[in-house]
Amino acid sequence: MQQPNKLKPFFENLNFERQDNTMVINFGPQHPSAHGQLRLVLELQGEQVVKAYPDIGYLHRGVEKMGENMIYNEFLPTTDRLDYIASTSNNYAFALAVERLLGIEDKVPRRAKVIRTMLLEINRIISHLFFLATHALDVGAMSIFLYAFREREFAMDLMEDYCGARLTHAAVRIGGVPLDLPAGWIESLSNFLNKLPEQIKLYEDLLTENRIWKMRLEDVGVVEPDDALSWGCTGPMLRGSGIAYDVRKEEPYELYSELDFDIPVSDRKDSYGRYRLYMEEMKESVKILRQLISMYPKTECKLMAHAPEYISAPKEEIMTQNYALMQHFVLVTQGMRPPKGTVYAPTESPKGELGFYIVSEGEPYAYRMKVRAPSFFHTGLLQDLLVGTYIADVVTIIGSTNIVFGEVDR
Amino acid sequence: MRRYTPKDNVQKKAKYTDRFYVAPSVPREEIEEGSFFESVVNKLKDSGVELLDTYVELGQLVMKIKPEDNVKALTELKENSCFKQCSELSAVDYLAQDGEFEVFYQLLNLDKALRARVITRIKENQAIETVENIYKMANFAEREMFDMFGIYVNNHSYLKRILMPDDWVGHPLLKTYPLQGDEHAAWYEVDKIFGKEYRDVIGPELRDPARIDRYDTQRFARVGHEVPFGADPSTIDETEVKIEDRYSKTFATDYTTGSKELENRR
Repeated sequence: MQQPNKLKPFFENLNFERQDNTMVINFGPQHPSAHGQLRLVLELQGEQVVKAYPDIGYLHRGVEKMGENMIYNEFLPTTDRLDYIASTSNNYAFALAVERLLGIEDKVPRRAKVIRTMLLEINRIISHLFFLATHALDVGAMSIFLYAFREREFAMDLMEDYCGARLTHAAVRIGGVPLDLPAGWIESLSNFLNKLPEQIKLYEDLLTENRIWKMRLEDVGVVEPDDALSWGCTGPMLRGSGIAYDVRKEEPYELYSELDFDIPVSDRKDSYGRYRLYMEEMKESVKILRQLISMYPKTECKLMAHAPEYISAPKEEIMTQNYALMQHFVLVTQGMRPPKGTVYAPTESPKGELGFYIVSEGEPYAYRMKVRAPSFFHTGLLQDLLVGTYIADVVTIIGSTNIVFGEVDR
Repeated sequence: MRRYTPKDNVQKKAKYTDRFYVAPSVPREEIEEGSFFESVVNKLKDSGVELLDTYVELGQLVMKIKPEDNVKALTELKENSCFKQCSELSAVDYLAQDGEFEVFYQLLNLDKALRARVITRIKENQAIETVENIYKMANFAEREMFDMFGIYVNNHSYLKRILMPDDWVGHPLLKTYPLQGDEHAAWYEVDKIFGKEYRDVIGPELRDPARIDRYDTQRFARVGHEVPFGADPSTIDETEVKIEDRYSKTFATDYTTGSKELENRR
């Protein structure tokens, strides 16, 4: 029995000596492979997990509450802090939801769409490289971590050249993008794209047929298709269970309907299948980016949608025309007022389906902002997935779900 | 006179709204004849679920039902209309306007790539039945709803706070929840670990990052003076060792009254 006092408060039923010979251990929240702030309470029978209880909330910052108390443009940089590995995908998901609410999704200029799609795919590569690096590190393949982070640096350099930030990009605006691509950016991107497939081949040579890697990953963390659907799994977690659903293909946004790419699906259902999926998705992203490079020169130089009620005019107009300046002043000080209504806009972020559910009452502040984060539901799945596995596989399974705690706790 | 602030909604509001401003609405379309959505609605009606309202908003079907019917309606939608996945589930606080919460279930049909939303209104303090047996994702999502709004979910397997600490007071996403932390929130950890008496030892929170306390002998040493770590602040004037501040001195040259240095340079 615990004897709580002021310095040792009572911790919920953490009894280390129990009648039934099981042991309860605390995994995290400071465990290096707990991917941030995951506390996992595991009940063990020998080395086998009998019960798993993911305890989250250590990174809860009230992003939804902040979204309800900030004007829409003000909130956009805050969305960077959700899935901080691929910030632009969060910015974009939010911008898309607001654009759908405003009804200006089709008014976004084509050049802005090309740039946004490029940024989204670069972010996907950054996120997948990060997944590969940390997952391999957790499982014990140290060198992959170093190789993958090298390439990730190059991709982050591209983001830095575009928007000036490496991690919290805020590179998308509601109605377009703030900047055109800088001079020479396309060349650096194509250099990167020429380099990356070789590197992906290097990772695959090191891992795909690696005996230890296969032993650690094969048949570990098997998610049945019904469970994956029921637990709300999306993205690679869903496609790893043999269900081909990708929001980019099924409910296309931006330029995805015009692009030629495949959706890799694995019917292995295990961590190894998911690892293969991530590698294939990176190759598809390279394919998409190559097509976008050839699309870019054919676009006019216009970056923001023309919707004077909601979006400020270009800077040249603001500096020369009185009315544009007045509107800009109102939009900055008071914020745009979307029409009354509810919108749920799903996007395919690197981790899965990221959607913003916005209830607007016609005010400059959202009445309700719900972030549907993929990692939240993948964390919920852990309590089902970990039962019956061995403690050595727990790390593999957590790594394979690719959860990011900025997104889980919000 | 003090400005009136409504107590039932303390969230940020627009500072200025034109008197004649009427917010437009997102168009709510009728369900098209012969569309998939119509068959969904018909199947739901046939199974005996009373639909209070149906419309299509931004390409997604919205169905308003009674809160008692939620399990029946979602089972029906999952089994017969192939809405295999529930993407999201949460609530919206309309307590100030109607004294009600709106609970929504955002569903996805993967075969047709179509989305539907089931909404229902519950009164304050009214519980809702769990849908955990239909969609397992409700295990986490309903816990979050309970945590954020205080909505009780009947027959949930483990209804407990998820994001906030277990002993937290209040439900953060309510419109009545204050935007500034109150006294209880500010002292939460201190009260829990050391007890309320310890508040006096710590003292009020200092939010000025540039503030330097002359008598602080533990955190910041003062430039040019050295004080033994943790020395008694009352004896500070006796114990401090004066050191000539070589590094922080600025040497000013008076350029107006022609200095030798300048003349040399010329």
